[in-house]
Amino acid sequence: MSFLQQKQEATAELLDGVSVPAGAAWITSIRDTAMARVVDNGLPVRRDEYWKYTRPETLTAQDVVPAAPFDHGEAPMFDEIDRLKVVFVDGIFDADQSDALEGEGFSIECLSDIVNTDIHWAKDLYGQLEANGQNPVERPLAALNTALAEDGIIIRVTGKVSRPVNFIYKHEDDTSDAILHHVIKVEEGASFTLLENGPAAARFNKVLEVDVADNAEFHHVRAQGRDHERRAATHIFGRLGKESTFKSFTLTVNGVLTRNDCVLELTGDDAIAHVAGACVGDGDFHHDDTVFVTHDAVACESRQVFKKVLRNGATGVFQGKILVKPDAQKTDGYQISQSLLLDDDSQFLAKPELEIYADDVACSHGSTSGAIDEEGLFYLRARGVPKDIATDLMTLAFLAEAVEEIENGELADCILTRLEGWLERRRG
Amino acid sequence: MLEIKGLKVKLEDEDKQILKGVDLKVEAGKVHAIMGPNGSGKSTLSYVLSGRDGYEVTEGEATLGGEDLLELEAEERAALGLFLAFQYPVEIPGVGNMTFLRTAVNAQRKARGQEEMSAADFLKEIRAKAKTLKIDADMLKRPVNVGFSGGEKKRNEILQMAMLEPKMCILDETDSGLDVDAMKLVSDGVNALRDAGRGFLVITHYQRLLDHIKPDVVHIMANGRIVKTGGPELALEVEKNGYADILAEIA
Ligand SMILES: Nc1ncnc2c1ncn2[C@@H]1O[C@H](COP(=O)(O)OP(=O)(O)OP(=O)(O)O)[C@@H](O)[C@H]1O
Ligand SMILES: [Mg+2]
Repeated sequence: MSFLQQKQEATAELLDGVSVPAGAAWITSIRDTAMARVVDNGLPVRRDEYWKYTRPETLTAQDVVPAAPFDHGEAPMFDEIDRLKVVFVDGIFDADQSDALEGEGFSIECLSDIVNTDIHWAKDLYGQLEANGQNPVERPLAALNTALAEDGIIIRVTGKVSRPVNFIYKHEDDTSDAILHHVIKVEEGASFTLLENGPAAARFNKVLEVDVADNAEFHHVRAQGRDHERRAATHIFGRLGKESTFKSFTLTVNGVLTRNDCVLELTGDDAIAHVAGACVGDGDFHHDDTVFVTHDAVACESRQVFKKVLRNGATGVFQGKILVKPDAQKTDGYQISQSLLLDDDSQFLAKPELEIYADDVACSHGSTSGAIDEEGLFYLRARGVPKDIATDLMTLAFLAEAVEEIENGELADCILTRLEGWLERRRG
Repeated sequence: MLEIKGLKVKLEDEDKQILKGVDLKVEAGKVHAIMGPNGSGKSTLSYVLSGRDGYEVTEGEATLGGEDLLELEAEERAALGLFLAFQYPVEIPGVGNMTFLRTAVNAQRKARGQEEMSAADFLKEIRAKAKTLKIDADMLKRPVNVGFSGGEKKRNEILQMAMLEPKMCILDETDSGLDVDAMKLVSDGVNALRDAGRGFLVITHYQRLLDHIKPDVVHIMANGRIVKTGGPELALEVEKNGYADILAEIA
């Protein structure tokens, strides 16, 4: 039996009794096609090229590994920001806790509502960027998401929207298994900021598809919840038009398993795509950033900046690729992934890749892994700064380089202040 | 103030003895200078006193105001009032100079059971002190020593000393890399701190610095020991004749 056949058989078993939800004809067709992708390609296994460093079993199993919600007793992230709140509890939209779904310059709807309408603009986008993003690397968990998601938010932005929309993911049930699928279409010349925070569920599978039209802007800042036991597989699929901007930042602190895929395609000339991430892992923590940026237009710029601080046996993974298609001349591609290992038990596994078919490009990538700078540490201590505070100062400085990728200073401050607070709290 | 007796130090990872029995006593209110050939152990002495890892004290003792320094962590020694102006100040990317210094000042205060300095008071003080050392506001905002010129780094060390107001200041070749004007600034900064309650140990190769910071006592260190001690005239002798005569004399 071939590897693929083995996967298909295992997948059939995992999907035993699972069927796509009911809905209007257009969504049913999308879901069926997505399910066919899952069945044909198979769910991920350890032998898959991009699952070498991360075990997919608990993400694909029928049963969820229970995860206790964690009451951190702090104000929610982004609380100090004026924003439109959209709340999900264990993956289910909660209208009572949410603000009214309306705003100037954009339309906002629930997936659960639009699936029952006969026709909807989202039919040309929903699952479409995900399907495109399966090539050349398969992302079966995202296809599964498209097939099964019943909840999510569908946004169409037509104006320059300054007030962010904030998806807040609450986790209450020990065994919740949440699947959410969001679609955001930013029309020509429009701009939009999405904030996301919270653990969402014991197990969370999320897809965010973002279509950024010509001259449009999309900003994304998220903080994945701090529940220690939660597991999450998230995917961002972005398509960028001419002179558009896409900037996404993710902060991850805690969580036993996190796999964040980000698949971006620059299809219009002079587009800019930045993806950044900062993570802090302690103990039973496995965090995987898998990024794939495709340059398919002239003079685009892409940046990947990922920083991981790991201790007590935590593991960080970075798999990042820049693919430059033959006609994507004048590409400016940059990628850096760095880890700060606070002890010998922790590890960082990096697979940086460049694949370039155009000749007039400037691409660079780098990956480093190291302990805290002892010289710097001694210098701080010699001035009277206790070792733990000195370590935190240097840790924060290390992470700040990723946080600074956030364009909006107020949002960057939100993240930095929290990080500072958490580090301080840990010191006790 | 600072008392070192029979201090012998080897490298932790290597069987290499660097200090071979150092005896030295710096009284409050006095300035002692240490001169000596390259590699004689001057910086090692300053590092061992301030608590840097990598050295093993095999014999002897070092106390500050009667307290055993060698038992303490680096930060505890600092809180006790020990300050080392580094021969090679360290760059710390991402940590702002101002944040760093404020954290240091307040950590020391906390360790001594004093109240923390308010942000406003700190700002006022650091601005005034930076100004006398001709350190501009931009340098205060930048990450610690990153992109500073050699001389700027040294001035930054003196600024830190001025803010921390230590009891015992060790200056390791603070004059190297300074232009003539900066040497004057730095010396003025040091002299401004001279008082009856404070001791100085100034490591230098050149008489020039000692023209500005007048030492009470001059020691010559060679091969891990203080081999000769005298008054300011000893530095002048070194300046004129080098170490050959002194070393021959003790051989
Ligand atoms: N970590 C180390 N590893 C190996 N050798 C060391 C180490 N630290 C110091 N040494 C050696 O110990 C000796 C004393 O060094 P130290 O830096 O104390 O000299 P110094 O008197 O300050 O010299 P200089 O005037 O050049 O600054 C030198 O031979 C030096 O190479
Ligand atoms: Mg030296």
